[in-house]
Amino acid sequence: MARMKFLCDSERCIECNGCVTACKNANETEWGIQRRRVVTLDDGEVGSEVSISVACMHCSDAPCMAVCPTDCFYPTEEGLILHNKDLCIGCGYCLYACPFGAPQFPKQGALGARGKMDKCTFCAGGPEDDPALEEQKYGANRLKDGKLPLCAEMCSTKALLAGDAQEVADIFRERVVYRGHEDGGWGSLNKEPGLTDLAQQAAELATDAARS
Amino acid sequence: MKNCKRNPGWLSLVALLLVGCLLSLPSVAQPDQSQTADAKRELMQSLPGVTADYWRDVEGGNSGTTASNSPGADTLIMVEGEAWREWRNNWVSPGGLIALGGSALTILLFYLLVGSIKLDNPRSGRKVERWKRIDRAIHWYVASLFIILGLTGLMLLYAKWFLQPILPGGVWAAFMTASKNIHNYLGPLFALGLLAMIIKWMRHNWLTLVDLKWFAKGGGIIGKAHPSAGYLNGGEKAWFWLVTFVGLTVVISGLVVDFPNFGQSRETMQTTLLIHALAALILMAASFGHIYIGTAGTEGAFEGMKTGYVDETWAKQHHDLWYEEVKDQAMDEEELQALKTGEPAPADAKS
Repeated sequence: MARMKFLCDSERCIECNGCVTACKNANETEWGIQRRRVVTLDDGEVGSEVSISVACMHCSDAPCMAVCPTDCFYPTEEGLILHNKDLCIGCGYCLYACPFGAPQFPKQGALGARGKMDKCTFCAGGPEDDPALEEQKYGANRLKDGKLPLCAEMCSTKALLAGDAQEVADIFRERVVYRGHEDGGWGSLNKEPGLTDLAQQAAELATDAARS
Repeated sequence: MKNCKRNPGWLSLVALLLVGCLLSLPSVAQPDQSQTADAKRELMQSLPGVTADYWRDVEGGNSGTTASNSPGADTLIMVEGEAWREWRNNWVSPGGLIALGGSALTILLFYLLVGSIKLDNPRSGRKVERWKRIDRAIHWYVASLFIILGLTGLMLLYAKWFLQPILPGGVWAAFMTASKNIHNYLGPLFALGLLAMIIKWMRHNWLTLVDLKWFAKGGGIIGKAHPSAGYLNGGEKAWFWLVTFVGLTVVISGLVVDFPNFGQSRETMQTTLLIHALAALILMAASFGHIYIGTAGTEGAFEGMKTGYVDETWAKQHHDLWYEEVKDQAMDEEELQALKTGEPAPADAKS
């Protein structure tokens, strides 16, 4: 069974916020709800500014699920963490446990009461049989139609990848090889002009393969 | 450019790549075989700032800038979340069960081994006033809210382990929504009652030498003779100060988490919630002792808080110094009835 994952290639993200807009558009989220956001570290500093798009990461051992008093979260077969809004009491514990700031709360009612939690569903909807009601409560269910989350589909630089973890890993691995990192995918780039020996060999192999 | 010399057909490769790009599907997770990555393009698209230091910043919870207005949105990873989960799920939850269970078990053992404290002498039938109507009103107001808030709070902490499996989904949802709303809306009312109680009773509760002697004798458990006590004994005073300090902690932390609309950070809410749960569990565990001593544990004690009057014998046994002060105000049942109905007592003992 496929296990769904997001991956944001920080070396490609240009902070266009297209994913944020695509998400809001696909899911028609309420005012004030932003399921996905782009965070830029060292904003404005040439050479060190880096952006990452982040939403619910659908953790394997989800902290939100562990602390929820009503146990409204459930993992799906695709490894997604979805939640049942009928069970949500708006206590906010998931927000306090989540490392990624994924849970969102729509309103601040009487005496500071929150509404029901809303978060990224990986465009997989939620536990509701009626499709219209499902879309209204949880947003789009693109996965059901064989489509991937709109944020990743619309990413202009293909920085944001979504899909089966194996496929995502393969794509990223290919990029890493071509970039020629000195110490793997997450380390610093080779600052010398040209490619590292390993990357050059890989490029040659790939070119030869493409020609034949 | 070394590449180009070695592969004379590179122009056709670029052309092939361009065609591949044009024809390729937008779908991300389905790489097309014809779309081979271009090393130079890949390098041009990547940023020099992605270094080990950058990932250290991300992992360390350093904040940046974002267009999102959600609280804490400018941080990629909130590192305190895991610690909060660990504290709440692995320490406070089981710790609370141990405290509550331990307290209940200790009291049960004490009851089985020692039994309730009976009156040494038969009741005299004459009563002295111990708690005025206002005292009883405050006590029962605070007590009933304490029980409601305690139960709903325990549901928020534990119900998913034992109630969810047996309740149908809709009932479970309604039950938990009710628990949370009752807890959140009655909380501030409890705060008012607690404050009134602390102010009203504080003057009775300053510790004296008599109380230290009372503690030295374990409140009568050590030795045969019942230790002396004034209007309130050492144990009652200890309970009062526990309710004051731990209760105020519960109330203040409760108000902070009850009104999240003042821009509290997630970190503030985490710490406050832990303090709230911890203090409330301590108070609940201690309250078992108070409830036991006030009801089944001591003969004649409960009627004081129920009717306001206690029997002379009880007063003499448990609060001898106080009894000496008020014994001339003691009255029998008839006089008491007369006092309550407003008619002049036949033989007025109360001035």
